[in-house]
Amino acid sequence: MSNHLLSLLIWLPMAGAVPVLIAGARGSASRWIALAVAVATFVASLFLLPAYHTDGAVMQLVESTPWIASLHVNYALGVDGISVALILLTSFVGVLVIVGAWDVIKDNKPHQYMAAMLVLEGLLIGVFCATDALLFYVFFEAMLIPMFILIGIWGGPRRVYATLKFFIYTFLGSIFMLVGLIYLYHKAGTFDMATLAHLPLTMKEQSWLFFAFLIAFAIKIPMVPVHTWLPDAHVEAPTGGSVVLAAVMLKVGGYGFLRFSLPIVPDASAHYAWLVIVLSLIPVVYIGYVALVQEDMKKLVAYSSIAHMGFVTLGIFIAFMLVRDLGNVDAANLGVQGAMVQMMSHGFVSGAMFSCIGVMYDRLHTRMIKDYGGLVNVMPWFTFFMVFFAMANCGLPGTSGFVGEFMVILASFSANPWIALIAAFTLIIGAAYTLWLVKRVVWGKVTNEKVAAMKDINGREAFVLTAFAVVVLAIGVWPQPLVHLMGGSIDHLVQQLAISKI
Amino acid sequence: MLSWNDILILLPEIYLVAAVCVLLLMDAFIREEQRNATHWLAIAITAITGFLVVTGQPPHALSAFGGMFIRDRVSEILSLFALISVLLVFVFSRPYLKDRKLWHGEFYVLTLFAVLGVMLLVSAGSLITVYLGLELLTLSSYALVAFNRDSRLSSEAAIKYFVLGALASGSLLYGMSMIYGATGTLDLAHLHAAAMQTDMPNLLRFGLIFMIVGIAFKLGAAPFHMWLPDVYQGAPTATVTFVASASKLAAFGMAYRLLSAFGPGDLLHQWQLMLAVLAVLSLVIGNLVAIVQTNIKRLLAYSTIAHMGYLLLGLVNASPSGYAAAMFYAISYALMSTVAFGVILAMSRAGFECEEIDDFKGLNERSRWMAFLMMLAMFSLAGVPPLFGFFAKLLILKAAIDAGMMWLAIVAIVAAIVGLYYYLRVVKVMYFDKPVEGVEIKPQNDMPMRWMLSLNALALLALGLYWGPLFSWCQQAFAG
Repeated sequence: MSNHLLSLLIWLPMAGAVPVLIAGARGSASRWIALAVAVATFVASLFLLPAYHTDGAVMQLVESTPWIASLHVNYALGVDGISVALILLTSFVGVLVIVGAWDVIKDNKPHQYMAAMLVLEGLLIGVFCATDALLFYVFFEAMLIPMFILIGIWGGPRRVYATLKFFIYTFLGSIFMLVGLIYLYHKAGTFDMATLAHLPLTMKEQSWLFFAFLIAFAIKIPMVPVHTWLPDAHVEAPTGGSVVLAAVMLKVGGYGFLRFSLPIVPDASAHYAWLVIVLSLIPVVYIGYVALVQEDMKKLVAYSSIAHMGFVTLGIFIAFMLVRDLGNVDAANLGVQGAMVQMMSHGFVSGAMFSCIGVMYDRLHTRMIKDYGGLVNVMPWFTFFMVFFAMANCGLPGTSGFVGEFMVILASFSANPWIALIAAFTLIIGAAYTLWLVKRVVWGKVTNEKVAAMKDINGREAFVLTAFAVVVLAIGVWPQPLVHLMGGSIDHLVQQLAISKI
Repeated sequence: MLSWNDILILLPEIYLVAAVCVLLLMDAFIREEQRNATHWLAIAITAITGFLVVTGQPPHALSAFGGMFIRDRVSEILSLFALISVLLVFVFSRPYLKDRKLWHGEFYVLTLFAVLGVMLLVSAGSLITVYLGLELLTLSSYALVAFNRDSRLSSEAAIKYFVLGALASGSLLYGMSMIYGATGTLDLAHLHAAAMQTDMPNLLRFGLIFMIVGIAFKLGAAPFHMWLPDVYQGAPTATVTFVASASKLAAFGMAYRLLSAFGPGDLLHQWQLMLAVLAVLSLVIGNLVAIVQTNIKRLLAYSTIAHMGYLLLGLVNASPSGYAAAMFYAISYALMSTVAFGVILAMSRAGFECEEIDDFKGLNERSRWMAFLMMLAMFSLAGVPPLFGFFAKLLILKAAIDAGMMWLAIVAIVAAIVGLYYYLRVVKVMYFDKPVEGVEIKPQNDMPMRWMLSLNALALLALGLYWGPLFSWCQQAFAG
C-alpha cells in the first residue's frame, strides 16, 4: 500500500466527494460521509511519518506512470520532508473545516460545500506531491475551481466581486508560470522537476523564468504589491474557506518558491534576492500598519497573514544572500527552516484565528470590531482560546508563532543586522494590532445587549479550537520533531543554492 | 478512369450520399407523427458512416480519382469527429426542433449533406475538391441557418451569412484561379514544386492572399468575423451547434490542406506572418468584445472568434507538431461547443429561448446537473485544468514557443486571462445568483439527450485527465 500512498491521499478525498454529492442536501448523511472521508485522509496521511525517512534528501514514496507518453509527461509523485509537513497540515485542516462547518452551512446546500472542500483538499495534497511540473500546474490551477465556488456560493455580501478577483488574479499569475514551464520543456524535453533542476540555463533565461515564477507565487503567497485580492477573498469567504485559504493555499506560494525558483533558477534568484527581500520587508512593516486600522476582524487577520508570509519569503531569499555572498550555509539553513516553520505555524494560527472569528460571526452575523466588546463576560472559554491564538499570532515565545519568526530574524542578522532590525519590528507592530483587536473585542464591559446574549462555545467548536491549540503549543514548546522532519530536505535544498547553473 | 479501388476508397462518402437520398425519400412518405423514424435513421446513418470511416482506413495515405481525393489519417480523424458532432447535434436538437415546429426531415438531410461536404473538404487533394466540398457545406449551412423561416432574426442571419459567405467563396475561388494561373496545376500534391518554379511570383502571392482571406472567413477569424455573431444569435440553436462544431473542423481541414501545400520555402514565411496577424486580431477582438455581451449565443460567437485565434497559432508553426496541436485544438473546440450549445438547447422550450445570460440565473438551484455540465464546458473553454480545453491551449502555446514566437504565446495568454472573465461570469450567474422568480427553467425531459449531453460533458473531464492517446493519434496523422 505504501507504494500508492500518495495517490491514495490525493484521490481519496476527491473520490469521496462523489458519494457526498449523491447523499444530497437533506439529512446529515452528506456531512457524515464527508467527515469520514476527511478523517480517513488524515489517518492515511499519518502513515507518511513512519514511511518517510528523514535523513534522505531525495524524493521518497515515488510513483511514476506515463501520463502522456508521446510528450514524456509522467504522473509522477514523490515527497520530501517539506511536502510531508504540508500534507499533514492539509489533511489536519481538512478535518477541522468540515467539523467547523457542521451546523453553519446546514441550510444552504451543505453537500455541495462539503464536496467542494474535499475536492480542494485532494488537489492541495496533489500540489504538494507532484514532481512533474505539468502535473503540479494542473493541481495548482484546478484548485481555483472549488475555491471559486466556495467563496461565490457561501460567501458574504460582496462575494461575487471577491471570488472573481481571486480567480482572475491567481490565474493571471500562474499562466505566466505556464509559459515559463513550456519554455523549460522546450529546452529540456521533460517536465520532470528533478531534471529541470539540473538544466543549465543562461542568466538571461533564468531572469525571465525567475520573474515568471515570481509573479505566480508572489500572487499566491501573496506579496506586496499583488496582495490586494487576499483581504477581499478572506473577508467574503465562508469561515471554512478562509481557514483553508489562509492555512494551506497561501503555503502553496511558499512551496512553489522552494520547488521552482530555488532549484531551477538559482542564479537569477540570487541576483534578484534583494528585490524579494525588500518586497518581504515592506509588508512586515507597512501591512502591519494597515492591519492596525482595520475595522473588520477578518480583514485584520488577512493583513496579518500577508505580514507573516513576508517572513516566509524573507527566510527563503535571505538564504541566497547568506550562501552566495557570505558562504554561511548554517545560517542559510536556519533561514529556510525558519521560513518553513513559519509556514506551518501560520497555517495553524491563522486557521485558528479565522475559526475564532467564525465562532463569533455565527452568533452575531457581523465581523465589525465595533459590534463586539466584553466577550470575556459571556464567553469565558472562547476568550481563553481567542487570547491564546492572539498571543501566538503576535509571536509570543512558547507558541509556534515565535519559533519561525525567531529563526528567520536570527538568520537575517547574520546577513545584515539592518534587515533583522526591520524584520523584528513585526514583533512590536504585530503585538499592537493583535492585542488591540483582543482588547476591543474581548476585554472590557459588555457593550450591547446582543453581545450579552451570546452563548459560549459548544463541544464541536471547542474540539476545533482545542485541536488547533494543541498543535500551536506543541510546535512552540518542542519544534524539534518538525525541524527534524524537514531538516534533510532543507539541507539538500540549500546545497543546491550554492551551485551555479550558468 | 473509374476503378473499383477508387470506389472502395470513397466508400464512406458514397454510402452517405446513397443513404441520405433514401432518407429524403422516406421522409417524404411518412406522416408527421412518424418523424422519429427519420430521426433514428439519420442517427444510424451517421453512426454507420463513422464506422466505415474508421474501419475503411488504410494503413497509409491513399488517393483516388487521380489525386482529387486523399484518404489519410487527417481526413479520417476530422471526418470522424465531424460525424460525432453531427450525431450529438441530432440527439440534442430533437426536443428543441419539436417545440418550435421545425422538426422536419430536411433538417437531417441538409445536415447530412453538410457533413458530406465536410468529409470531402478535409479529404481534398485538389483545389477543385476543396471548392466542391466547401460549397456543399456552406450551401447546406445557409439553408440550415434560415431553417426557422418565420423568424426575422433567422432570415436576417441567413442573408448575412449568404452574402458574406458568397464573398468569401468568391475570394477563395479567385485566389485559386490566380494560383492555377501561376503554377498550372490544381493538384495540391504538386502545387509546391510548381510554385517554386513559377515565373509569376506576384500572381502567386496575390492568389495566396485571396485564398487566406477565404480561409479566414470560413474560420471566422478577425477581421473577417462579422458574420459570426449574427449567425450565432439569429440561427436556430440546433444549427449553431453544427456550425460551431463540425464546420470548424472543416475549416481547420481546409486551412491545413491549402496552406501545407505552400510550405516549406519562401511562401511559407509570407502566409505565416499573415496568419499571425489574423491570430492576434482574433484573440484580441474576440475576447474583448465577448466581455460586454448579454446574449449567451453571441458571447459564444465571440468566444469562437477567440478560439479560432488559438487554432491559427498552431497553424502558424507550420510543422507537424503545430498542425497536430491545431487539430487537437479543433477537436477540443468542437466537443466543448457541443456541450455549451447542448445545454442551451436543453434549457430552451416552446416560447422560451434561454439565450440571455440572465436566463441562466440560479441554474444550480433548479437543475444541479445541467449547471454542472455547463460549468465543465465554461471552464474547459476558459482553459482551466484539468479540463480538455486547457491541454489544447497548452499544446498551442507549446507550438508557438517551439516556433520561437514567444511574443505570440504572450499575446495568447494575456487574451486567455481576459477571456477567463466572461466564462466565469456564466458560472457566476448559474451558481451565485438567485433564480428569477416566476421564470420556469427546467431542462427538457428527453432521455437520450440528457445522457448524451452528460457523456459529452464528462468526456471533457475524462479527456482532460487522459488525453495522451488522442494526441498521439493527432501526431501520427502528421508524422508521415
